[in-house]
Amino acid sequence: MILSLAIWMPIVFGVLILGSGSDTNKSYVRWMALFAATLSFIITLPLITDFDTASAGMQFVENIPWVQRYDLNYYLGVDGISVWFVVLTSFITVIVILAGWEVIQDRVAQYMAAFLILSGLMIGVFSALDGLLFYVFFEATLIPMYIIIGVWGGKKRIYAAFKFFLYTLLGSLLTLIAILYLYNATDSFNILEWHQAQLNFTEQLLIFFAFLMAFAVKVPMWPVHTWLPDAHVEAPTGGSIVLAAIMLKLGAYGFLRFSLPIAPDASIYLGPFIIALSLIAVIYVGLVALVQKDMKKLVAYSSIAHMGFVTLGFFIFNQMGLEGGIIQMISHGFISGAMFFSIGVLYDRMHTREIADYGGVVNTMPRFAVFAVLFAMANCGLPATSGFIGEFMVILGAIDYDFTIGVLASTALILGAAYSLWMTKRVFFGAVTNDHVAQLTDINAREYLILGILAILTIGMGVYPKPFTDIIHPAAVELLKHVAMTKI
Amino acid sequence: MQAIDLLEILPELILLLVICFILLVTPFFKEKEVNDDDVFFTPNAASFAYQLTILTLLVLAIMFAMRVSDVPMRIMNGLYIVDPFSNVLKSVSAIAVMVTLIYSKQYLIDRQLFRIDYIALVLLALLGQFVMISGANMLTLYLGLELLALSTYTLTAMRPNFPRGIEAGMKYFILGALSSGFLLYGMSMIYGATGSLDLDDILRNTSNDAVMHLVLSFGIVFLLAGLAFKLGAAPFHMWVPDVYDGAPTSVTLLIGGAPKIAAFAITFRLLVGGLQNLDVDWQPILIFLSVTSLIVGNLTAIAQTNIKRMLAYSTISHMGFMLLGFLCVYDELAYSASFFYAVTYVLSTLGTFGLLMILSKKGFECETIDDLKGLNRRSPLLAFIMLLLMFSLAGIPPTVGFIAKLSILDSLVDAGYLGLAIFAVMASLVGAFYYLRVVKTMYFEEPTDNSVITGQGFAKGILTINGIFILLAGIFPAFLTTLCLQAMRTSLQG
Repeated sequence: MILSLAIWMPIVFGVLILGSGSDTNKSYVRWMALFAATLSFIITLPLITDFDTASAGMQFVENIPWVQRYDLNYYLGVDGISVWFVVLTSFITVIVILAGWEVIQDRVAQYMAAFLILSGLMIGVFSALDGLLFYVFFEATLIPMYIIIGVWGGKKRIYAAFKFFLYTLLGSLLTLIAILYLYNATDSFNILEWHQAQLNFTEQLLIFFAFLMAFAVKVPMWPVHTWLPDAHVEAPTGGSIVLAAIMLKLGAYGFLRFSLPIAPDASIYLGPFIIALSLIAVIYVGLVALVQKDMKKLVAYSSIAHMGFVTLGFFIFNQMGLEGGIIQMISHGFISGAMFFSIGVLYDRMHTREIADYGGVVNTMPRFAVFAVLFAMANCGLPATSGFIGEFMVILGAIDYDFTIGVLASTALILGAAYSLWMTKRVFFGAVTNDHVAQLTDINAREYLILGILAILTIGMGVYPKPFTDIIHPAAVELLKHVAMTKI
Repeated sequence: MQAIDLLEILPELILLLVICFILLVTPFFKEKEVNDDDVFFTPNAASFAYQLTILTLLVLAIMFAMRVSDVPMRIMNGLYIVDPFSNVLKSVSAIAVMVTLIYSKQYLIDRQLFRIDYIALVLLALLGQFVMISGANMLTLYLGLELLALSTYTLTAMRPNFPRGIEAGMKYFILGALSSGFLLYGMSMIYGATGSLDLDDILRNTSNDAVMHLVLSFGIVFLLAGLAFKLGAAPFHMWVPDVYDGAPTSVTLLIGGAPKIAAFAITFRLLVGGLQNLDVDWQPILIFLSVTSLIVGNLTAIAQTNIKRMLAYSTISHMGFMLLGFLCVYDELAYSASFFYAVTYVLSTLGTFGLLMILSKKGFECETIDDLKGLNRRSPLLAFIMLLLMFSLAGIPPTVGFIAKLSILDSLVDAGYLGLAIFAVMASLVGAFYYLRVVKTMYFEEPTDNSVITGQGFAKGILTINGIFILLAGIFPAFLTTLCLQAMRTSLQG
């Protein structure tokens, strides 16, 4: 029941808020949305506290027939891999609602409703164990995100919204064919049964590529990443947070749930190819981030580089890399969320995201600067922050796999430090460069609260990652077993 | 003919009686106020006829719905077939026409079209559809088709002082007559080869090696060309955009809605019921028709600024998609997928044109996509419903359009047409672009006209139900898919 509640409660509240319709009573809508988001976060907490860390199987399972004509089931469940993302999603939703609190003055009800509905749909993606149910949730997330970018976005929002929608739709439509193919091969939409399905090498290759289209676009991997900077730059702060913190993870999660266990031979065969793409993402996109003039674009490119680490970790097929990749996904959720929120804080005051327009912000916003510098450090993987754990594990795994790849991957730490610190230096330190900066006001209680929570999580996870790895570990071991077993 | 036959066609008889009543009795109604401009303008009689029609259609829909589980039966010496399949289709057609009339009431009044002859023609078209759906003989099918076609030709050109409508009506009439000719020519060839007009006899005779295969194949080519005209499948689609655009929106909905169900039925009856043994002949043609329809429909729709034309081109692509289901021969799942596709397509189309009519006012036609600018500001509810309808037509979950596309794709993959399935999916991606543009216009742009949309509470209520149904049927499709499958199964066995 917990999973169903986690999915449907925010959606129902979202619809109710949408139904209230008018913007006449904005504060009521805001509090209502915050209540719904907090409640759904609290609902998902037992998933962690009651999680049986000894078991590698699916937990909190719900299975109800949905459409018998196709043997479709409303089949939900989480294992150690997905459970964290369910909780992360409901948590980020609270942050997003708070982030849009005063900033959004126009069509507040629709804004809040869109995020609540999106939250429910994303939890659905992470907990669906029926292939088609997964697809329905995966696709449906496009609709609210399209609206979010298009309605509350910046100047080129319409272009960005279309690009976002069509890129991701292109990928997922091919996935649909793969899903139907698997259904016809196994007579079932059950993902766990697909894991057992016997497929020959050609079939595996085709299915792998079909899934790759969807997941690579979503992650996004080089060279299909170009929609992301546009979407990020144009999206409102809340949209950027959700995009970076959760939506990108849908793709990476798809690799774990579909590509690796269903097509293990193809995965191993194509592993070097994916690793190559990941390394390009890490190094080349890292370099691209270095030359960005727009803060949001910089963080967007850094997201692509960090997600390159995740896919790298998955496709070296050892436990360290796999778990590191998952940890990196969670940690990136906190850090990128915080980074985009910080940029939003500055943007709300100055209405510009150009790095050149800032300078010496630390003098006028000292409290804010503390957080911003912390998150910049976390972004480049400073030890004792969550960013370090994931990257460290992936690099360890990569060195284990191939020393050269490990060395190439670790250049990301240097590049990450370069762009994060350089941006921080130019924006925050030095003398106050202009009058606008001089008039900045420091963060208010709401912003302090959001950044504070994210900072605690980032440091907490960095210092003591054991609860995370404990839950992930059995599922990761199980997954690697699947990958190691050949199906041919 | 036996008495039981009359009982079986009771709904059709009721409809015929109502039409006669409307035509013969209502003109004698006393009018409170006579409009000098137009002798036909008879509000009193028309509103009585309108109410009677709505009531009749509701009763018919219920009657057909209650007969859904009946055993398949051939009546009138085998001319007419009554089976679960036809009952579902007729029920949906009746509902579609009823909803069309509800949406269009105000629109018709504003354009001096709210007249008894209009209503009678609409009902005659519906009767034609019923006959088409139930025809078990080529002659019956043809009669039904012509009854539908002649009524719609007239309706298209009916708007007074509106040259574009008359032009569209002429175009529709000439091309329609041409396609009827094709159809009839094909039918006569098949008759010549098999010696019968009865679909069952044709099915039996075509399995006999003695029949002349060459004549039959020619017959099939002509028959399919005629059908493609009627369906509006490329490359026989030229009339569709002009007629959709030129006809009053209420008539566009009448052409684009319920008749698609009848067109599906006639395709099913002819290809599966009569010419199943010759699938090697008609399959390549069908693939060609589907592929060209998907390409032409989707690519041309992108360039349209007029929303009626855009929807016309999108109809072409949807017909192509629907025909894909017929490729998987002898597969009741595939046929029921097409069946489901036709039904859901009609339900989605009803809403889109209904919304256009609600947005139109006296002296103002909501025709271009720009007319929808900022609809979300003016009426969040209507914008949201349009959003659902657009996503349903684009086939994005969780709307019912997705389930419809899914069933077709599934049967294609199942039958081994993997390449065709991928092509269809790519075509849908192109299609998504123009549907998204409508959503963009409604949500992302500022309105040019800030007036509040008022009135027509009842039509709006039905539209809301229509929109919510699109969503709910997407989340809980089991009811509809099972219904389609059951009806298809019993009909194929019967």
